[in-house]
Amino acid sequence: MAEMAAQGAHPEGFAHQFEDMEQQREAGSLGMWVFLVTEIMFFGGLFATYIIYRSLYLPSFEIGSRLLNVKFGAANTAVLIGSSLTMALAIHAAQAGKKKSEQVMYLVLTMILGAAFLFLKFNFEWRADYAEHLIPGFGFIIRSEWGAAGPHVPLFFCFYFFMTGLHALHMIIGFGILSVLTVMAWRGRFNSEYYAPLEISGLYWHFVDIVWIFLFPLLYLIGGRYVMGGQ
Amino acid sequence: MSTTVIAEPPGHEVPAGSRVNYLNANYGVKSWLFTTDHKRIALLYLGSITLMFFVGGFFAVMMRLHLIEPQGALVAPETYNKLFTMHGVIMVFFFLVPSIPATLGNFLVPMMIGARDLAFPRLNLLSWYIYIIGAAFTLYAVISGGVDTGWTFYTPYSSTFSHTSVIPTALGVFITGFSSILTGLNFVVTIHKMRAPGLTWFRLPLFIWAMYATSIIFILGTPVIAITLFLLFLERVMHIGIFDPAIGGDPILFQHLFWFYSHPAVYIMILPGMGVMSELITCFSRKRIFGYSFVAFSSLAIAIISFLVWGHHMFVTGQSIYAGLIFSVLSFLVAIPSAVKVFNWTATLYKGSISYDAPMLYALGFIGLFTMGGLTGLFLASLATDVHLNGTYFIVAHFHYIMVGGAVMAYLGGIHFWWPKITGRLYPDGWARFAALVIFVGFNLTFFPQFMLGYLGMPRRYAVYPSEFQVLNVMSSAGASILGIGYLIPLIYLLWSIRYGPVAGPNPWRAKGLEWQTPSPPPTENFEEIPIVTEDAYDYAGVTGAGRG
Amino acid sequence: MSAHIVPVKTYAAIFIALLVLTALTTAVAFVDLGPLNTVVALTIAVIKMLLVILFFMHVKYSSGLTRIVIVAGFFFLAILVSLTLADEFTRGWTPNPGAWSTIVRLLHGLP
Repeated sequence: MAEMAAQGAHPEGFAHQFEDMEQQREAGSLGMWVFLVTEIMFFGGLFATYIIYRSLYLPSFEIGSRLLNVKFGAANTAVLIGSSLTMALAIHAAQAGKKKSEQVMYLVLTMILGAAFLFLKFNFEWRADYAEHLIPGFGFIIRSEWGAAGPHVPLFFCFYFFMTGLHALHMIIGFGILSVLTVMAWRGRFNSEYYAPLEISGLYWHFVDIVWIFLFPLLYLIGGRYVMGGQ
Repeated sequence: MSTTVIAEPPGHEVPAGSRVNYLNANYGVKSWLFTTDHKRIALLYLGSITLMFFVGGFFAVMMRLHLIEPQGALVAPETYNKLFTMHGVIMVFFFLVPSIPATLGNFLVPMMIGARDLAFPRLNLLSWYIYIIGAAFTLYAVISGGVDTGWTFYTPYSSTFSHTSVIPTALGVFITGFSSILTGLNFVVTIHKMRAPGLTWFRLPLFIWAMYATSIIFILGTPVIAITLFLLFLERVMHIGIFDPAIGGDPILFQHLFWFYSHPAVYIMILPGMGVMSELITCFSRKRIFGYSFVAFSSLAIAIISFLVWGHHMFVTGQSIYAGLIFSVLSFLVAIPSAVKVFNWTATLYKGSISYDAPMLYALGFIGLFTMGGLTGLFLASLATDVHLNGTYFIVAHFHYIMVGGAVMAYLGGIHFWWPKITGRLYPDGWARFAALVIFVGFNLTFFPQFMLGYLGMPRRYAVYPSEFQVLNVMSSAGASILGIGYLIPLIYLLWSIRYGPVAGPNPWRAKGLEWQTPSPPPTENFEEIPIVTEDAYDYAGVTGAGRG
Repeated sequence: MSAHIVPVKTYAAIFIALLVLTALTTAVAFVDLGPLNTVVALTIAVIKMLLVILFFMHVKYSSGLTRIVIVAGFFFLAILVSLTLADEFTRGWTPNPGAWSTIVRLLHGLP
């Protein structure tokens, strides 16, 4: 231990299994990327299953897709992209040595946008789906105008709710992480020397944005909207 | 943290209790349950995994007792179905997958690379807690009536028709998967970022290469089975037609998703054992490994190719013949790096100065038994012969030769090899060698007859069988009782040695490797000063051929 | 990941690009391009993903190790999807029973 003291006091937040802050930062970043790879495989398995059933039951999946509200879907996409911007700006604020109030502002904005996403989804889209009997297991009604494709429309909505639900769960976890970061930023923990937790959490948040970037077209946009004009 | 470590010259044996090490640094249950020391976490895993091994082994004993009579000697067929399912689930997910990585891996990875701990010690502890919670769900399923779907959970039986505790079991396996993922993540980051100065990739012990390759599989494969089990759970609860053909689902899709993980999982189970093998063979032949880079790259090759072959479990399920063709060719490919390793270990033995300590007996047993298991895998990779052999005891024998004759023997060899380092004690050598021989004999008597049974057509997972197979079944059951005793013997003398075994020095085997340059047991922080590495791995005295050391 | 500081202007430009691409992909969904609809939608999604990965996640300025890790993730996902789809789509193909004997005859120069 003596030689570590000789190198000079380590900054707050240094973990002693590492040799120096640089190693700690690199390890943390690599660790988050490896975790995101596991998330790629996790969501990926789900996407793979969705792709297969879409090819097996295309008419049913197209009907289901057209029943989704593309206005809210697109709005939510824009909201999430905005939240990625504010997250990047929060990291930038710390990197560039800006005042903690600026870091906190961007983090809070990210949380507001994330909350807006969840609010739009739960309060508008999902409540409407429930009212229109489109939630499997919660009074789903197969409509006669769906014809022969009717019986497999619930399968589409199962995927819709499971995929967007899993995504929403990841956003809620991200929200929790952001709250912790906001408190840390408010206490002045981050500066141009130490901002690794922001960077690493940013990677997670951007990943959640990327999952939605794929969910939006796969669920909302490739159902032949030109046929019925959409909503 | 400052611990007073009295530096001792190598070979100077200080009574174990008088020096501060990771075992006596703190006392009390809380110091163990809240530890972040990778060595203590390894021991937490060792205890839990040993418990699960004997639970799974209990089910195996019940099965073999039942099968001494053609009409079944012990239980009703429905119960037999639960026995083989629980045996499989527990042995695969709660023993074999974590075994070497979570015990020897956790203990040795930081030490072998000259680090003070893993990259993320708290994640490591979380890993263990997640394992325990998953095990608790599964044990709850056992006592609440068991599961009878087979460890493979094939649909639609598991999703629609089975009336047993599928959900708690699937949930237990799902949860434990995250334990593996976090362990793999920890190892990958640690090996990349925390090697000691001078320790380049090609100076690493081959055990580290094996842990790295295993971690790749943990990271890429486990999430897929997680989502698969979750879809199974949804299907069972909501009946929406993901896997149930009656309502439009595809049961083969379940198998694709399941085996995408479960085939690489069998390499999770064998790669760490291969890593242990490289350590044991070199030390007990007093020789450098033959073809270091070949062995290192073969670990990576096995990990990568293992993801391309999963369809060979599905040749007779109705999978497309063309897909079957592709998977068959790729399965032949994956045998090559495994064979490379066996050739290299054998070449290392050649003209080595061989000693027959217990770890070496396990290692030699591994070479023979793994080779047999691997070769019989080729019979199964070949489409035409698989049609005859699939679903028979040939498969059971094949994978037990690899998992038990291979992985478990490597695990025991490793436990014995590093036992002095872990506990600071030596185990009684005579008993250890005797147990190794008992296990070898018991194992072959149990599983060799099963190759014959399978070839003759006896199906697996059946509670009854035609009476002409009785002799072979009784032989197998006799072998199983010998094997069971063989496993109990080390349990007894290893536990005994913790208290009463002779004190071990830092390097009782005169082995190479950074872990042997620390006291036994090591201090909490592993090294007083981080070593600087200048030699290659396995730099045993004597070049090839002059191995009298 | 380095200490390279990406200028705010770059972030703003990427943000605008992402919004434009979102509007584009939504608009194209209402136009009948047949099978191309899916191709266009996924292509735009991939471009958006690359913009986020390269700039917001700083991969443009990151080490090779980071890139290999990301590529590996997508590569193995591609394996899962492609080999599973290969089975699903070719299950209905029936092998031609005469194919092998045809090949043998050709090799021996027989009619």
